[in-house]
Amino acid sequence: MRALTWHGKHDVRVDTVPDPEIINPRDAILEVTSTAICGSDLHLYDGVIPGMMSGDILGHEFMGRVVETGSKSTLKKGQRVVVPFTISCGACFFCQKQLYSACDNSNPVPNQDVTENLYGHAISALFGYSHLTGGYPGGQAEYVRVPFSDVGPIVIPDGMEDDEVLFLSDILPTGWMAAENADIEEGDTVAVWGCGPVGLFAIQSALAMGAARVIAIDEYPNRLELARTLGADVIDFKQTRVLDALMDMSGGLGPDAVIDAVGMEAHGFGVDTMLDNVKQNIGMGADSAHALREAIMAVRKAGRISIPGVYGGFLDKFPLGALMEKGVQVKTGQTHVQRYLDDLLRRIGDGELDTTFLISHRLPLEEAPKGYKNFRYNQDDWTKVVLKPGTAAN
Amino acid sequence: MQTNPASYLGRNRPEPRYSNDRLFWGAVLGVLAGGLGYAALRTSQGRNSVTDRPPDSAPGRTARRSRFGRYAVVGRTVTIAKPRSEVYAFWRDRSNLASFMQNVRSVEETGGLNHWTIEGPAGTEVYLETRMVEDRPDEMISWQSTDASDIETQGKVLFRDAPGDRGTEMEAIIAYVPPMGTLGRWVAKTFQAEPRMQGRRELKRLKMLMETGEIATSALRNSPS
Repeated sequence: MRALTWHGKHDVRVDTVPDPEIINPRDAILEVTSTAICGSDLHLYDGVIPGMMSGDILGHEFMGRVVETGSKSTLKKGQRVVVPFTISCGACFFCQKQLYSACDNSNPVPNQDVTENLYGHAISALFGYSHLTGGYPGGQAEYVRVPFSDVGPIVIPDGMEDDEVLFLSDILPTGWMAAENADIEEGDTVAVWGCGPVGLFAIQSALAMGAARVIAIDEYPNRLELARTLGADVIDFKQTRVLDALMDMSGGLGPDAVIDAVGMEAHGFGVDTMLDNVKQNIGMGADSAHALREAIMAVRKAGRISIPGVYGGFLDKFPLGALMEKGVQVKTGQTHVQRYLDDLLRRIGDGELDTTFLISHRLPLEEAPKGYKNFRYNQDDWTKVVLKPGTAAN
Repeated sequence: MQTNPASYLGRNRPEPRYSNDRLFWGAVLGVLAGGLGYAALRTSQGRNSVTDRPPDSAPGRTARRSRFGRYAVVGRTVTIAKPRSEVYAFWRDRSNLASFMQNVRSVEETGGLNHWTIEGPAGTEVYLETRMVEDRPDEMISWQSTDASDIETQGKVLFRDAPGDRGTEMEAIIAYVPPMGTLGRWVAKTFQAEPRMQGRRELKRLKMLMETGEIATSALRNSPS
């Protein structure tokens, strides 16, 4: 089959690789019909996530048609399904508490050692990401093997288009959980750093959960415009002092809740960003966290911080004093996707949530490298790229 | 380099080429180390030094010392979301052990003895013969190697109800006399050089098998392609 494979920093290619097979009883094989490039794929593209190997198949936002099932899969051939990017067994302590992204059993045992040593606990598996999270071949391919297919995938009713439901795989529930983690109350002012896909969905979710005012922070006019159309006020950090603006725009109180939808490759003007980047580039496992530092400074006393942005390593100059003295609550983590699927599918069907507004480009799989390059370097115009493996290249 | 698990922490890129910087960072580290040494000295001269420490509640094998007489000890506790009787019964059936223990090819039971065939260094086989020392259903199984074994070892597994209906807490403890020579180096590699790692891997596979009915793999195909 054809698949988008990783070969190093800024080097992704469409290669011919072996087709996947059923290995375990609960597996299924999908023929992928739509798959998206995620902002977190750019962390891989930029080479800042450890544990990648040359030839890894990327892609954790995908959907497709079931073509093969293991003996214990509950799926049927021909069904259309969206697959959560988090791989979860459904049976362990965490899955039973619906903490699916903390699953104990999805990450293959030898892959668990690194994070058990690095984080104190082994983390669960994700599709198409680092070998720290299992090294599972991803969905930017013609076919994909889906483990625990009786737990993860959600069957899509006929009549709903791929593009309407594809983002159930990651960014829609991730934006939703980001807002949920901000514990939004009626009348809240919520500030969101980053108007990428997760930030945009977090804005939409925060408003749906009763926020009176959402303030979106980014530097790209098109992305800020998308945020504005959703109903947010916007701050362009290239022309505005963010902390001053947020204080004034929230009546001198500070935002009740803040959401960092940027993560480990934040870019800003500060000295902290320069030092972070130096350490990141010489491989010290440091995160660049300008957005998070700013969010901690901005949030009101006893406010709430939600961090859907991805971090992988260590951080210094962390404003721990501000966190403690202001009595701030922090919630974070990979998304418990399976927990939200039924509810969000219904909301899409009822027209409560718009899921297609952010798609800027649809490309055949063969043109995936072009999609990566532009999603990385033309962020203003390329807000979301969907790949269609079934369509021919130009 | 890229197939070595140790490279997970590194980057797939060349080593940084800062020879002069290395001197600089060496100096920085030297200053830091000096500072730390001074801080440690200050702390050790502090008021709250304790000379007599009564035993705490932690398992002995988590002690900061790693040898107990001639024995090295490794162990690990895992919670399995299954009833105690089920976990015990699975472990008690020796033919199940090879399904989750990576280096164990087979375990056979004859005349009250268990015969273990274990993958050894460089394609060799290590033979282990154990006899059951104690078998308390749903609570504990312990065993000891016989003189016919290549390795002198003893071990036990304990089964307890986990609090809050979380299933069974299973604790495995293995003590062994580190052998010499090639075999010794192999044992060191599988147990000591990766302390706790081999044991914890086996228990994770057991947990996967019991909770999900399968052992997770990220392979694309059954056979290497």
